[in-house]
Amino acid sequence: MNTRGIINTSAVATGAQATGVVEGSMVTLAIDGRVVTARPGATVLETCREAGVHIPTLCHDPRLEPYGACRLCIVEIEGMRGYPTSCTTVVAQDMAVTTTSETLRALRSDLVELLLSDHKVECLTCEASGGCGLQDLAYEFGIETSRFEGAKHVSEVDDPNPLIARDPAKCISCGRCVRICDEVQGCHVWGHTKRGFDALPDTPSSVSLLDAGCEFCGQCVSTCPTGALTDRVGRFRGRRWEVTWTETTCGYCGVGCAIEFATKGGQIVGARAPLDKGPNYGNLCAKGRYGWSFAQHPDRLTTPLVRRDGELTPATWDEALSLVAQKLAAIRDEHTGSAVAGLASAKCTNEENYLFQKLLRAGIGTHNIDHCARL
Amino acid sequence: MIAPDTSTPRAAYEVRVCAGSACVANGSLQIAQRFEEAIARNGLAGSVRVIKTGCHGLCARGPVVVVGPDGVFYPAVDLDAADRIIVSVLGDREPVEPLLFRESPGADSIARYADVPFNARQQRIVLRNCGVIDPESLDSAFAAGDYVALSTALATMTPEQVIEMVRDSGLRGRGGAGFSTGMKWQLARAAEGDLKYLCCNADEGDPGAFMDRAVLEGDPHAVLEGMALAAYAIGASEGYVYVRAEYPLAVKRLRKAIADAEARGLLGKDIMGSGFSYSVSIREGAGAFVCGEETALIASVEGRRGMPRPRPPFPTTSGLWNRPTCINNVETLANIPWIVANGAEAYAAIGTGNSKGTKVFALTGHVHYTGLVEVPMGLTVREMVHEIGGGSSSERPIKAVQIGGPSGGCLPASLFDTHIDYDALASVGAVVGSGGLVAVDKSTCMVEFARYFLAFTQDESCGKCVPCRIGTKRMLEIVTRITEGHGQPGDIETLERLGNLVRSTSLCALGGTAANPVLTTLKYFREEYEEHISEKKCRAHACGALSTYAVIPEKCKGCGVCKKNCPVNAISSVIKEQYTIDPDTCVKCGICEAKCPFDAIIRV
Repeated sequence: MNTRGIINTSAVATGAQATGVVEGSMVTLAIDGRVVTARPGATVLETCREAGVHIPTLCHDPRLEPYGACRLCIVEIEGMRGYPTSCTTVVAQDMAVTTTSETLRALRSDLVELLLSDHKVECLTCEASGGCGLQDLAYEFGIETSRFEGAKHVSEVDDPNPLIARDPAKCISCGRCVRICDEVQGCHVWGHTKRGFDALPDTPSSVSLLDAGCEFCGQCVSTCPTGALTDRVGRFRGRRWEVTWTETTCGYCGVGCAIEFATKGGQIVGARAPLDKGPNYGNLCAKGRYGWSFAQHPDRLTTPLVRRDGELTPATWDEALSLVAQKLAAIRDEHTGSAVAGLASAKCTNEENYLFQKLLRAGIGTHNIDHCARL
Repeated sequence: MIAPDTSTPRAAYEVRVCAGSACVANGSLQIAQRFEEAIARNGLAGSVRVIKTGCHGLCARGPVVVVGPDGVFYPAVDLDAADRIIVSVLGDREPVEPLLFRESPGADSIARYADVPFNARQQRIVLRNCGVIDPESLDSAFAAGDYVALSTALATMTPEQVIEMVRDSGLRGRGGAGFSTGMKWQLARAAEGDLKYLCCNADEGDPGAFMDRAVLEGDPHAVLEGMALAAYAIGASEGYVYVRAEYPLAVKRLRKAIADAEARGLLGKDIMGSGFSYSVSIREGAGAFVCGEETALIASVEGRRGMPRPRPPFPTTSGLWNRPTCINNVETLANIPWIVANGAEAYAAIGTGNSKGTKVFALTGHVHYTGLVEVPMGLTVREMVHEIGGGSSSERPIKAVQIGGPSGGCLPASLFDTHIDYDALASVGAVVGSGGLVAVDKSTCMVEFARYFLAFTQDESCGKCVPCRIGTKRMLEIVTRITEGHGQPGDIETLERLGNLVRSTSLCALGGTAANPVLTTLKYFREEYEEHISEKKCRAHACGALSTYAVIPEKCKGCGVCKKNCPVNAISSVIKEQYTIDPDTCVKCGICEAKCPFDAIIRV
């Protein structure tokens, strides 16, 4: 979540008395003639979105610093020259913003046409179809074909990794992959390469992601507005409009990230994180995003197993837990608690881990307790 | 406070050999060596001295040698000429008449460099010491007055007074944008920050522009002094010169100048005992034109890819490593010591309404005298091209000038009475820009001319924003197909639509101005575009696909030189009859035209 512009209430109270100027007080501005209050430090784009005013963008992601590359969020602001980008312009008191006009619409439409002129349009099979920013804008502006046809980027990329599919011919060079890898992940796998029309985000020396130090968190895929970066794992297993999104908490570790699983026909086909929910606010790691095939794996245990006559046979939780309690108590009584050791898991929450060590220390009477510390 | 080293007294008689890049490339260092050896052989090292100077300006007649207190000018000197000049210099010191400058063969000679018509309208402030001093000698710079202004300002002026003086002088940034230098300094001074930077933008990248290179090669101390004055004014303690790595000589001389200035306490800690400290480092650019844009320059100095970011925040508020940073161009900074020494009024007395002082132009193209020119703002294009440039270098008249490099506009001869200042040029769609001025005659196709500049900016686009990355590419594709004879109806309208889009929505000035060459040629030379598209004709016969070669029967003597030299056997003849060129076989290489001794082959 973007926290810029959030009011510090204590500063409001003390600052107002000391200086007579209300520090952090709300800013009033006009958006298309409508008076709107905004958080100071907020951008025009954020303010418009909060006020329900639609401004098209492709290079904006609330997880990233403002960038101003796609130029689609241009607006008109009284007293400012030209067409400032709303994503990079901070609100000011009494600012008068125009978000829609014939000129703006024509400029934005031409920009989308330019992007489409260098785009491999294969929406029929593209994984991004239905969730593609460029597709949405082509629809919004009613662009059936681009008038600006010319040279195009080609799809050629040799990257055999099993998780992330790359197609430079669908890239719009918005730099979101580069920026999320730099700003959020600190991994710097992606970089801007080449100049002019040939400019393209790529790995160093165009090596495969496997050789580029990529950890496969898939954050770049999560921010890519087109089909240039897509998940390989769910490929051809469900269109965006066919799947059901179910919100849950990731079970991998104690962080407890908000996560949504896509299912089709009762099968999980993908995962994503909602931008507006903590603690992760849209971010996921490699395990959360891609490590869900175990959930419906045929080898997965779905009931406890108890060994009877040398054979592991399904049992109820009550049976299993009683057996474990009974055996642990017997070992403790015969050999003292020190004969028992417990290994906790990072998949559990802090609270669960606390209870586990309590069980071991107070219940069984051992200090032999450890933790895998990583998954 | 300055104590010049007086151990090497100024020689009585000076031989100034140009050691700017252009003259060096033409062998001027060997000529200087020849002079030095002769002087040494004759034991006259005490009374005759060779000075290897920066650019004299008249690059078209290099290597340039200027001799003695009167400044006797010898153009295009070679080693033989040098030997004859040596005889004069070591003897009676009478000018060597046959070697003197002449406007044309057989014309009267002009002895003094200052009297050459190329120099008549010039006024040298920025280039005051270029061609005069030895740029590698701090003492030579001292003798010419460098560092006096800094010494005076540190001793007698407050930073605010320096800013006021520069603001009142009316000086505007010479890098292209033309923002008031004094106002920029005021903003930088007012910005809050424990550490501020004052940087020099020496990333001169316009094709055909070499003003900044000449200043750095010819008088690097003037730039350093300007930087120190600016740093004092805004309260900066550190700075960088961001200079192209493609300017090795400038980098070398600048590096030596910084070391010499530091050794004498003119840069670094506690400058001249004033308590003011300012240190300068060099950062060499890696060859990206866009790094001349200040936010890209900052990214590059910080070690990141040079890509512009939107402003605000302006660098004066948040620049290098998020600290207040003032970035001034080389030429802007070289003006500063002169303004501080001579006062704001003296500077403001030169030039026109909103364009004060002088401007250095790199005059190139189809004129007699190409080179470096410094003129008061407000001269007309005509005066520039015809009086200073000496008019067309061919019998073909000059038909257009491109002012301001690839960001600039193209003006037709009908607008040659336009004054060269910020407002007048803006009113006709051109810009002063950084100071490139290319004059072209009728052999230049304006569509091809615009294509050349657009190809440059498209290639140099950083690729960040959509209009610059894809918009200029589509424009380039259209202009290219027009020059290749594949223009289509509607192309002109598409070019205008895209041009306006690129101009209106690009992130930085590179994209914002990239369409100017196309838009201005469409405005002033639209008929040439139309001819290319509808008649498949290039009136300049410059577009290969739209022109062919033909033999003029009346001139052809049937000598067969053309046929012998044609690499593709496109020329045939029947004995004793005229030669003909098969247009389908001809590859338009132009060899036949060049080889024909009777000028019987022309491009049509």
